[in-house]
Amino acid sequence: MDYFLSEDIRAIRELCSEIAEKHIRPVREELDRENRFPHEIMKVLADSDLFRIYIPTEYEGLGLGTLSLCVAAEELSKVCAGVATTYAANALGAMPILLSGSDDQKKRFLPGLASGSNLAAFGLTEPDAGSDAGGLRTRAIRDGDSYVLNGTKQWITNGGEAKVYTIIALTDPDRGARGASAFIVEDGTPGFSYGKKEDKMGIRASATRELVFEDCRIPVENLIGREGTGFMVAMKTLDNSRPGVAAQAVGIAQGALEEALVYASQRKQFGQRIDSFQGIQFMLADMATQVEAARALTYSVARMIDGGVKKFEKEAAMAKVFASDVAMKVTTDAVQIFGGYGYMKEYPVEKMMRDAKITQIYEGTNQIQRNVIASALIRETASREK
Amino acid sequence: MSARLEIRTDVCTGCGLCTSACPFGALSLVDGTASVSDACTLCGACESSCPFGAILIRRTGTVAEGISGYSGTMVIAESREGAIDHSTLELLGAARAIAEAEGGPVSALLITSVAGDGPKVLSEHGADVVVVVEDPALGHYLTEPRAAITRRIITERKPAIVLAAATTTGRDLMPRVAKLLNTGLTADCTSLSFDPGKGCLLQTRPAFGGNIMATIVCEGTRPQMATVRPRVMKALDPDPSRTAEIVRIAPEPGELVSRVRLEGFRVLDEGIADIAEASVIVSGGRGMKTPENFSLLSEIAGLLGGSVGASRAAVDSGWIPYPHQVGQTGKTVQPRTYLACGISGAVQHRVGMQSSDTIIAVNRDETAPIFQFCSEGFVGDLFEILPALAKEIRRRRGSA
Amino acid sequence: MRIVVAMKQVPDTAEVRIDPERNTLVRDGVPSIMNPFDAYALEEGLRWKDALGGEVIALTMGPPQAEAILREAVSMGADQAVLLSDRAFAGADTWATSHTLAAAVAKLAPVDLVLTGKQAIDGDTAQTGPGMAATLDWPQLTFVGRVLGIEGGRIRVERYVEGGVETLDSSLPAVVTVLKDANTPRMPSLRGKMKARSLQVTVWTAADLGLPQSETGLEGSPTRVVRIATPESRSGGEIHRGSPEELAAILADILLGEGGGE
Repeated sequence: MDYFLSEDIRAIRELCSEIAEKHIRPVREELDRENRFPHEIMKVLADSDLFRIYIPTEYEGLGLGTLSLCVAAEELSKVCAGVATTYAANALGAMPILLSGSDDQKKRFLPGLASGSNLAAFGLTEPDAGSDAGGLRTRAIRDGDSYVLNGTKQWITNGGEAKVYTIIALTDPDRGARGASAFIVEDGTPGFSYGKKEDKMGIRASATRELVFEDCRIPVENLIGREGTGFMVAMKTLDNSRPGVAAQAVGIAQGALEEALVYASQRKQFGQRIDSFQGIQFMLADMATQVEAARALTYSVARMIDGGVKKFEKEAAMAKVFASDVAMKVTTDAVQIFGGYGYMKEYPVEKMMRDAKITQIYEGTNQIQRNVIASALIRETASREK
Repeated sequence: MSARLEIRTDVCTGCGLCTSACPFGALSLVDGTASVSDACTLCGACESSCPFGAILIRRTGTVAEGISGYSGTMVIAESREGAIDHSTLELLGAARAIAEAEGGPVSALLITSVAGDGPKVLSEHGADVVVVVEDPALGHYLTEPRAAITRRIITERKPAIVLAAATTTGRDLMPRVAKLLNTGLTADCTSLSFDPGKGCLLQTRPAFGGNIMATIVCEGTRPQMATVRPRVMKALDPDPSRTAEIVRIAPEPGELVSRVRLEGFRVLDEGIADIAEASVIVSGGRGMKTPENFSLLSEIAGLLGGSVGASRAAVDSGWIPYPHQVGQTGKTVQPRTYLACGISGAVQHRVGMQSSDTIIAVNRDETAPIFQFCSEGFVGDLFEILPALAKEIRRRRGSA
Repeated sequence: MRIVVAMKQVPDTAEVRIDPERNTLVRDGVPSIMNPFDAYALEEGLRWKDALGGEVIALTMGPPQAEAILREAVSMGADQAVLLSDRAFAGADTWATSHTLAAAVAKLAPVDLVLTGKQAIDGDTAQTGPGMAATLDWPQLTFVGRVLGIEGGRIRVERYVEGGVETLDSSLPAVVTVLKDANTPRMPSLRGKMKARSLQVTVWTAADLGLPQSETGLEGSPTRVVRIATPESRSGGEIHRGSPEELAAILADILLGEGGGE
């Protein structure tokens, strides 16, 4: 389908596809098997300016917006969602600064993220605070010109690899979510360490670790926005990043569809190619239709955001929930089309199926997304009835 | 000379043979007749492909002057520590064959710090005249002094043909000399013959990754220069009764000046026997699957006194270092026996090994292109066949 | 440093196939690419520009469509692009090609270094680099596997020759031809691609270079191709099938010169 992408965004697609073929495809199986962080690939992406695309031009970015990031994440995810997660998690980590940071904070941190010399990570989730952000425990207590952080963040993508962390912590525990604030913590700050690296089902090329704060002292200049706005910063961040997760899901699904198409054209049973059987044909047709629909929705939401629309949380949630469900469905069908071979690690589709699962879970589970969508629908209806 | 391509539309039948003959895709059929685009390089491939004589390359202008007075064939000798390279002896063999048609003498130019018995060896292998430029400063090859001396001696002695080996030395020296002499040079020839009618050396070489053989002439300028691929021409058996005229020429001081200095020379690990010199090569490709499996090849190579080669796929996968690579972007080899294991035989690999005397292929995929040009093909799993082969060789050696 | 990288657009010979029926080249759909060896030359130039500052100029001679490889070079980081294009350049052999390229290098003066691939994969001559050096009267360093350093108007390289590696030191300016050992060419960058899209490629004709017709193209070429033929194809030999042991026995016969014999 022709989405009338700009020349710049078409160039991003071309470049990401070339990088994925040359640098990611040959190693994706190894990265997955060894649970290994793709440093070399991040370097290639950095040298190719791909960390610049979503950062405004005044901070050494290219200012190409959400759609550019979606296209890049999709293209990388086609080949390896683990690598794509590592890449996209930077945008997530940078988002609080981009959306709510001061000009001074942007000047301090964004150029390093734009060049890719520093990676970023976003720290919200805690052992007891997943979908329910009200369960946050990590505290940031003001002490003179500093805040002192104590607590643990869990399952943080790019943990241990990033240099710049945006962290949500409670400055006023009595006020619950209204007592949360957002901070920037740099790698190497005394009192800031990393817990174990998780052994995950999928996206195994990405690093997922605990962040541990023990009397970690950071300057007051590292507070993002005002005290008490942390929860709002986090929600805005996730609203903005959801199209990226959706794009990742579209990419995974597209990758699986392409594998299935090639396999179905080569595999022979009963003396003929299996893509000559209507049972397979209908599966392929449904898979392709679902992927295209997910892509169309994702791009539309990205364009909405880039177009300056202020309220898009419902649409962003719709894109994320729809695309990630499609990714799960399509990768499962791809494994089915491969039959027994699909279940074997020698073929790429089982990895895609494992990778797809996370898109239904992270950055807000699909159940939470449906809550978001439903409450928006109810609010809209209520306001119409007034 | 200038030239243009002319298509005689009255004769052209629109058969399309020329369009597939054109290596540059410059010809197409328009309204049932051939038509030429800007991509044409006037190479002449179409001219000979047309059965109807509908394509003509019209050459106008005059043949350059100054080709008279040149005669004979000069071989640029290469030597290492006083020993003449085998490639030079091959060139003398080729030069003698040319001389039969050309009529002039065969000379050899030996530029060296130590001539030793080099002149004698050159003489015994076919040189009528050996020009020796011996000077302590002319030890290790450096481009500029060699080019300056070679250029002067060619200018003075006026050979009609100059041949050098297509070694890194020959391919460094000759293009510089040819450019300075304003004459033509054909690279890496695999076949040479002399056309007495035109007085021209017909120089044939592979191009387009070995997909085509181009025959090249140098009509209007002299000498006609060529580098010749080593191990293609045959050296003559030495004839001790031959005695060449030895001409000793001193270098002029200015000729010894070099802006390039040699700081050091490191001999490459002889452990990696140079595949270009090997008489048996056991080579592995993508089908080897892992770097460890190359030990199977080393084992067989060891038993046969050969070297291990590899396809680009294997080298690009990091299974074996680049010096082992055979093919278009690697080395060209001509062993007696080339054993290709798990190599599909893509054209880029083929051009690097197709002149081997015997090509043996072991491959699981019987549709692999290599089975279309190998001398003996073995369809099967190399991981079963090679260990069995190693065992079999040991058994026979043991019983022999 | 002002570095010129001389490059060539070539048909991707890896994609060229022979039509087995007619024994002719199949060029349909064969893409035109930057000569792979030139990509190593470009990368080397970009590395030294990154290290020492200065600029990299991509230079090619060819038809108007050869501009594509210059844009590719700019997307990787070259600063300028110069295309030598003129009907008068058609049919050039290596003498005329190196003569024309050298004239362009002279026009681009002052140039510190000319880099180019060791050879082009369509012609495989490896003659253009030395030809340029001869015309410019510069030193030449061919078959370079590594550039060790550039300092104080000199360049140090490793040159790979039969049986070993030379370490050479030369004054600049010089012409250096590089092997694929030298480096790994980088990917294009997005900013490079954006720049490449809007870049104005400088186009020079024979007149711009001040070259008479007698020194360019077919007229300036001492050599001429008189015949093109497809190489004699080796027909496939005997194909053996059987158990690994049976096959190993036949193989041993052939390899050890027994059984079949000579």
